[in-house]
Amino acid sequence: MELSTNLLIFTGLSLLMITTAFAAVTTSRIMRAVTYLLFVLFGTAGLYFMVHYTFLGAVQIIVYAGGIVVLFIFAALLIGKGTIDITHTSKRRYFAGILTSMSGMCIALYLITNTNFVTDKFTVDGVTMKTLGNALMGTAKHNYVLSFEVLSILLLACMVGAIMIARKK
Amino acid sequence: MIVPAEFYLVLATVLFFIGVFGFFTRRNLISLLISTELMLNAVDINFAVFNAYCHPEHLEGFFFTMFGIGIAAAETAVAIAIIINVFRNAKSIHIKNMIELKH
Repeated sequence: MELSTNLLIFTGLSLLMITTAFAAVTTSRIMRAVTYLLFVLFGTAGLYFMVHYTFLGAVQIIVYAGGIVVLFIFAALLIGKGTIDITHTSKRRYFAGILTSMSGMCIALYLITNTNFVTDKFTVDGVTMKTLGNALMGTAKHNYVLSFEVLSILLLACMVGAIMIARKK
Repeated sequence: MIVPAEFYLVLATVLFFIGVFGFFTRRNLISLLISTELMLNAVDINFAVFNAYCHPEHLEGFFFTMFGIGIAAAETAVAIAIIINVFRNAKSIHIKNMIELKH
């Protein structure tokens, strides 16, 4: 297997994502965990760019890295001192976590490496904005206007619900 | 040379189970939410990669990822509102104090 630029970028991104994801679940301070999560989200956007889904990468950066991380930072700052994870978990729970994730990972990796996916259709064209817009707003087969509208109603309901829940009595 | 699809799947698997590990070991509501985000993110990668490599002529995985990102945003907003409300009432977001729904 010759070393290509694609493979180099992928290796860099995956190393960054795995280290920062692991740091995000092990660090004891919430602000640091949120910052590490931000790096994982940026790496995911990079992966979307690598499969030539540029619109998806932009959505990932805008919504996840721009919106959700800001929400997390707000929550961490509002809650303040209570967010430090000082009480370490018990040995038993730690062991159970390692055992579950390791066995699950082994099963999933075994299945991935022993399945022949038909993956020869990859093109570097990506999707054009026109195709995307037509698919998102069309009513024919393989079009998604209903899910789009349902999602917008869900977002509205969540907004109202979040205000209702967080409001001071 | 393009990167094989299996590489992406392996990376997404590792990220997902790092999230599972965090969900088991963290004892703080916001940390649990961060672990959930990691898992959701790994699943989104899988959808996009399967779409790009197996069926690029249909955009099902693409739109599933996009709607997944939207739903994740909504879910995080509501969860953080709940967490802030819990903190206001219980003065703590540690998981050992969240026992009122247990009985």
